[in-house]
Order: sequence, then C-alpha cells, then structure tokens
Amino acid sequence: MNPMSARERASHYAHVVFCAVVLVFLIAPILVIVPLSFNAEPYFTFTEGMLRFDPEAYSLRWYASVAEDEAWVRALVNSLVIGVSATVLATALGTLAALGLASPAMPARPLVMGLLISPMVTPVIISAAGFFFFYSSLGLAQTHLGLILAHAALGTPFVVITVTATLAGFDINLTRAAASLGAGPWRTFRRVQLPLIAPGVLSGALFAFATSFDEVVAVLFMGGIDQRTIPRQMWSGIREQISPAILAVATFLIAFALLLLGAVEWLRRRGSQGAEN
Amino acid sequence: MKAAGNAYVEFDGVYKSYDGETQVVRDLHISVHEGEFLTLLGPSGSGKTTCLMMLAGFEAPTAGAIRLNGRTIHDVPPRRRDIGMVFQNYALFPHMTVGANLSFPLEVRGMDKAKARDLVQQALKLVRLEGFEDRRPGELSGGQQQRVAIARALVFQPKLVLMDEPLGALDRRLREEMQFEIRRIQRTLGVTVIYVTHDQQEAMVMSDRVAVFNRGRIEQVAAPEVLYEEPERPFVATFIGDNNLLPGHVRAVDGDYCEVTVGDHTIRAFLVEPRGVGDPVVVAIRPERIGLAVASGTYSNEFEVPVVDVIFRGDHLLLRTEFADQPDFIVKIPNLVGHGAVLAGDSVRVGWTRTDCRALVPDV
Repeated sequence: MNPMSARERASHYAHVVFCAVVLVFLIAPILVIVPLSFNAEPYFTFTEGMLRFDPEAYSLRWYASVAEDEAWVRALVNSLVIGVSATVLATALGTLAALGLASPAMPARPLVMGLLISPMVTPVIISAAGFFFFYSSLGLAQTHLGLILAHAALGTPFVVITVTATLAGFDINLTRAAASLGAGPWRTFRRVQLPLIAPGVLSGALFAFATSFDEVVAVLFMGGIDQRTIPRQMWSGIREQISPAILAVATFLIAFALLLLGAVEWLRRRGSQGAEN
Repeated sequence: MKAAGNAYVEFDGVYKSYDGETQVVRDLHISVHEGEFLTLLGPSGSGKTTCLMMLAGFEAPTAGAIRLNGRTIHDVPPRRRDIGMVFQNYALFPHMTVGANLSFPLEVRGMDKAKARDLVQQALKLVRLEGFEDRRPGELSGGQQQRVAIARALVFQPKLVLMDEPLGALDRRLREEMQFEIRRIQRTLGVTVIYVTHDQQEAMVMSDRVAVFNRGRIEQVAAPEVLYEEPERPFVATFIGDNNLLPGHVRAVDGDYCEVTVGDHTIRAFLVEPRGVGDPVVVAIRPERIGLAVASGTYSNEFEVPVVDVIFRGDHLLLRTEFADQPDFIVKIPNLVGHGAVLAGDSVRVGWTRTDCRALVPDV
C-alpha cells in the first residue's frame, strides 16, 4: 500500500474536523446542561467555583427543590399517566394496523399507510389546533382522556412503521401452518405472530412513549392546569420563574432519553439475532 | 380419469383464476382414495401448488367443487379442515422448541397434557427424532427440520396430509433418504397423502398414482409404471423419462396399430387414440427401447442412421443420431461391447417394435 499523499491527508483531517464540529454543535448544548444543574447558586452560568472544581460550588439543591415542588411532582405523574396510556393505545392500534396492512387482501394499501403515517409529517401545531377544535366540541379538551387520545394519534405512526418493518421479514407460511394445525386468528396472533414481532412492537412502543413524554404543543393547546406534563411545566418554568430547577429536570429527561435509546438498540440487536436463527 | 365410487378427496370441475383472465387451474377433475399416496407433478406454474392451497383452504376456487369425504368444504375455514400440511420451507415456529411445535395442534384441541406428551413422543419416534423435543428449529439441520415438520403435520392424527415440495431445499442424498422415510411413514399410518413436486424421479419413487400437470390442466393420472410405459400425451411422454418425439401423419390404420409417415420414412406404431388417415400424430420412442439390429428383420421398424456423436455413460452409451430430419434422435444401448465399438461418423442399423412406439395426439 502506498502512503497517503499530502492531499489525501488534508482531506482526511478536514473530514475529521468536520465531524467533530457537527458533534460539538449537536451535543454541547445538551451536555452543558448537566454540570449546570448541579450549580450551588441560582444562576444559569458556570460560577468561578465551578470552574475551579470547588466541591462547595456544586450541590443537589435544585434536584431537591424539584422533588419537593408539588407542581413538578404532579407534572411527572401526569406525564407518566398520559404517556403510558397513550403508549398502550398507540401500540395496540399501530400493531393491528400494521398486521392489516401486511395482509395480501388489503386494498388501497399505500393510501391507508399514508393516512396512518400523516400525524408524523404534519406539523404538530396543525395537528394540535385540529385536536383542540375537534376535542373541544366533544368536551374532551382539558381532560386527561383528550390528551391521551391526541398523544396516541401522534405516537401510532411510529408503531405502524416499526411493526411493518418487522413484518416484512415474517413468513406468511407460519400463520398458514398455525391455521392448518387448527389455531384461530387470536391464538395464531398471540402464540405465533406476536412473539416473533415483539421487538418491533416494543421499539414502536418506546418511540410512542418518547413522543408523548416530550410533547408540548398539543399540551399547550389542550391541557388545563390539571393536565400539566413535564414539558409543559418546563415551558411555564422558563417563562415565569427562571430557576436552575429546570436544568435538573432537563438532566433527568436526558438520562431518561438515553435509557430509552439504549432499550431500542438492545431490542434491535435482539430482533436481528432472532432473524438469523 | 378413473373416478372410483368412494373418493376421499374430490376435485370436480375446479377452476382458479387470480385476475379473472388467466386460468391457473382449468376444469380439474380428480379423485383421491383413502390411504392413497397421490403426487401432483408438473413444472412450476402448472397449477399444482394452487390445487394444494385450495384443498388446504388458503385459496378459494373460482368455480367447481372440492369435496372431502363427500362434503363440499368451501365454507370450512382452514383451521377446521383437519388436514395436516407440510410446507416447502418447513414453517416451523422458530421461537418454540420442537416439543412445543408438536404439541401446538394438540393444545389447540384442548387435549390434556399427559396424553399430548405421549402423542408427541410417538410422533418423534415415527420420524426418528427421539430426544429432540427441547431443541429449537434453528439448532437442527435441514433434514431434521423437515422431519419435525412432518411429525407436526401428523401428530394430531389427520386423515389427510398435504405436502408442498417438502424436499425441495435438501441435497440429493438427503432427498432420497427422506423419500423412503415419507413413504414408510405413510404406509405405517395408512394416511392419505397428496404430495406436490416438480421432480419426476421423486414422484415415481413415492407415489401410488401421479397426476401430471401442465398449464393448469391434468394431462394424465396413473400409476408411475403406467405413466412411463403408456403415456397418453406428448407432454407426459417427455416429462416422465426421456423420449424421442417424431411428428408425422397417419398413413394407414390397422386395428390398435397404425403406419405413420415421418419425413421420408414409414413407422409402425401403437395408436393410443382413434385417429383417421391423414391426421397429425406424434410418435414417441424411448431411447432404451431402440436396439442395434444385428440381423435384419428383428424389429417391425428398422432404419439405417448416421451416428453424429457417442456419449459414454459407463453402463450405457448414448448415440446421438440423425433420423427423419431430427438431429437429436437418441439411441441408448447397454455397454456390452465396450467403448469404441460405435464411433461418430459410423452408420448403424437400429430398430424397435411397434408396441414400444406410441402414436400420440399432438399437444394443442
């Protein structure tokens, strides 16, 4: 092999620098939040003490204040209740839709698929305004149920996509075999299809949950004071009472997002291992 | 088509079309008797698998009736047909152990655990896979997976089992072994089997009767020996074994026999269907039924042919000769005289009897 020419070397380094810059711009704003959330002072900047790594300059006071603040605790409970309910709904509906779309007898497949995916590509503000006017007339605005339904609609496309992708590798003869052995559709689904598409269903569910968990626009439109979720509480926190408590919440959310990403990746690997067998 | 009185499976004038124009299966009539091993044989796209799928209930016929034990089964869903099925790619449930795969149909039928376990053991014994119940399909070889698939199709004791090219993915040695295995199992249990394959060798070895499919129709249904010895259609004559086909016209008819003009020659042949003088026919002669006419007058048909090529096959020689404008008239002679007895460029006198030579109605 020939050694790299000067020109190749230059382009190699340019490439490395470019990647580094991209990563810095993407990650630095997120990472900077983490140390700041341990600030002992009520500021959004690094104090001199922090820069000297003086242990006195760091504290957990903002975490404590979040834990003690009833508004934050209620927001967390709301986020979890709405997120989990919306996820269950989105996962059930999305999985059923994907199964139906995979059936050879399905008419107008691209059209139906497009419709189901549309909440993902429509600007959220438009969906949110739509939810607001429609649900208001049904008396569902400012209710938990209304938000759960709206978030389920926003999360369903993720489930449809991940389950459809898993079903692409699914052998239709397996369902035929189950039928020839005497199993009805429900048993075939529960014993044969579901276990095999489970990685797709679960990663879709995680995406749906993440969608609901960090969604703020629909909550702004539809949520009343009783439906404040964590992102909604952060929104008012930033506008009304600037306090590093928000940074503590943000750090918690970052950790949570990393956990979800890790789970999705783990499922993906398990799924591809299953396909090899 | 011989329709016996007590048909177990019956296709009665069945048509199948997916798009309303092309008929995948056309006017199909066939009866299968209880305990019979029937093979549907044909090239890909000839409609044999579609027939199997209609019987299993995964496709519905466009017209005609399919009867099982005298009852029309169109409105019976696949899961209530009680038909065992072996798929080409096995279709074993990859997330279940062999034992769970086998007990699945028993569990569906609400059988108690102890009895189910006994039946699973019996089925595993039948396919010689005792002790494999805790393995997963992914840990088994292709041949073992195939055995599991067969065991699963039999474990709930169906009276009819369908097999869709079950040996297609196996290598030749394993195929031959499995052919005997499947035949042995079928004889042991006395179960009715309808088997789909495109491999004529496989069909000949395993079947009681073979239905030869071509372009959505059955060309002939008969026992393997009959199909080989007495093909009724040119397609069957060439699809089963090798054959020399010579197109010609009837010159004269004499009872069951006739004289056929092929090029400048006249051939005496058995007339399969009544034909009149001048009608077109195809004369079929198997290469191994042609002999060297050492003494003139041994055969009812004798001709002097130029040898274009000699192919040495060990136990026999294939002489590629020219006859009646056919450049590939093949003569197969046993290797009794040794290599070199006949050489390319030689001229040899060959002959065959009129009973070994069949005048068939040409394919449309």
